Amino acid sequence: MQPFKKIKSIATPLDKVNVDTDQIVPKQFLKLIQRTGFGQYLFYDWRFENGTPKKDFILNDPSYKNSKILLARDNFGCGSSREHAVWALDDYGFKVIISTSFADIFYNNCFKNGVLPIRVSDDTLQQLFSTKSEIEIDLESQSIMVGGKSISFHIESHWKKILLEGLDDIAVTLLHENKIAIYEKSHKI
Amino acid sequence: MNITEKILARASGKTSVSPGDVVFVNVDKVMVHDVSGPGVLAVFEKLRKKGMVIDKVWNPDRVWVAEDHFVPAADKISAQNVVLLTNFTKQFGIKKHFKYGMGQYGICHTLSHEEAMVLPGEVYVGGDSHTNTTGALGAFAAGLGHTDVAYVLLNGKIWFKVPETLYFKLNGKLPDHVMAKDLILKIIGDIGTDGAAYKTMQFGGTGISEMSVESRLTLTNMTTEAGAKSGIVEPDQKLREYLAERGVTKYNEVHGDTDAQYEKIYEYEGSEMEPIVAKPFSPENTVVARDLSSVELDKAYIGSCTGAKLEDLQAAAKILKGKTVKIRTEILPAAMSIFRKAMDIGLLKIFMDAGVVVGPPTCGACCGAHMGVLAKDEICISTTNRNFPGRMGHIESQTYLASPLVAAASAVTGKITDPRDLK
Repeated sequence: MQPFKKIKSIATPLDKVNVDTDQIVPKQFLKLIQRTGFGQYLFYDWRFENGTPKKDFILNDPSYKNSKILLARDNFGCGSSREHAVWALDDYGFKVIISTSFADIFYNNCFKNGVLPIRVSDDTLQQLFSTKSEIEIDLESQSIMVGGKSISFHIESHWKKILLEGLDDIAVTLLHENKIAIYEKSHKI
Repeated sequence: MNITEKILARASGKTSVSPGDVVFVNVDKVMVHDVSGPGVLAVFEKLRKKGMVIDKVWNPDRVWVAEDHFVPAADKISAQNVVLLTNFTKQFGIKKHFKYGMGQYGICHTLSHEEAMVLPGEVYVGGDSHTNTTGALGAFAAGLGHTDVAYVLLNGKIWFKVPETLYFKLNGKLPDHVMAKDLILKIIGDIGTDGAAYKTMQFGGTGISEMSVESRLTLTNMTTEAGAKSGIVEPDQKLREYLAERGVTKYNEVHGDTDAQYEKIYEYEGSEMEPIVAKPFSPENTVVARDLSSVELDKAYIGSCTGAKLEDLQAAAKILKGKTVKIRTEILPAAMSIFRKAMDIGLLKIFMDAGVVVGPPTCGACCGAHMGVLAKDEICISTTNRNFPGRMGHIESQTYLASPLVAAASAVTGKITDPRDLK
């Protein structure tokens, strides 16, 4: 995976709670065997009607073209454990998802694919939803720069390291099993 | 320590663990199906391109495979995926592959208990969010994404953060017209769809001791809908008998200590429970069934890992006996072994006499993929576990979640019906 550096972009405000993975990638696309190319199916049933983009859906608003940051409300990524959901978000171009809460399996799946999920407070999320300008995410300093202000966020240290170094979780973890055992002894989160 | 902490301590070689600890556990069993299997193989492919050699899994005897989401093959790609799974199990020497059309097969979570694929005290992971179901067998059972499952297949281990446990205590038996489904819907309505996020939901109390293993499985199945990492019930004599009927008597039960800690204890009085329905579009959107008696339906669906075990079918048969359905109704037993028992005890005749279509085990309609999906604006009452937008078909269709008793009573009247109100 590419090391995760700073991301600066306009943020796409998806004003919905409980966005489940079937909304992120509908079931009809789960049969595909390859791991790539899922971006075209992202939010498919919300984005398209009979193959034509729906004008009122936020991703079809030209002002959010090339956005790398997605904002969503509570409990994002609930439902099915399908990792296709993260593959689709990543393939579409979203590298950061910001919400007040995430479903557990989805949250973990993000890190396996170089996507950063950030949990923020209701107030912070509201502030991000109301900004029209670009925001900047700096993983190293764990901060969100918005309107000249810096808001810090929490991330577990092992996930931060994996993203910053662009580690491929499986291959690297297999090589570093001993280090994991040592880490495990010395860390509690 | 409580049961979950003790299982995770055992599996990570520690004498003690606490909520929040990160542990690296040895996995006892891992499962993939026809959606997660190809997903995992795609991850393998990515690793191979980076030069990693993948020619074996850590222990083929601890891996099992189900064909459930897209069987009977929904189309050419689904058919291809089953071929892919078959090649995978052949190549890696995985013997437990429950194949559609070759004897026992069914929904993975149902096979986990019907075939006793997972035993008390074990750590079990699967490439499906409802893997939590199997925790009713006294095991730690959790769903994982494809990359994590790929990791387990190669390594036999996985990280977990020891979850906090919420304890749900049921005092006294549920009334005859109330099922485990009503209780879990009530609980999800109370705590919300992220009310147990990254926590274990444990069920106990006299009401749970009285409850069959199949009913307990309905509870743990839907812990996923409250965001839980896992759901669990402590082993007891009922479970031992259930497993003995399946030829399994040797396993290492784990029980919580008498001073086990729980983050919070919730109490429910069995006698106060009522039939509950979750309205579209969330399992937390619950009301008592009687409040919805004016809702007209297009379809009733009795199927899935949540609501098509033998006792679910028996509950439906109790209602449907001698009646005729007023709306399109489908009953799909969750595994062939259940289908056969339903035939042996005469349930299929009751269903067919009532005008119901009885079909083969599949996840198809529950996840809106095939085998009877909903049209635009259609309204379904279903014994399944999710009612998100478009879950069972068109994005503008609607699903009400209910117990098999409520679903069957509603099939007879064509409107949402409390079984007590069926004349």
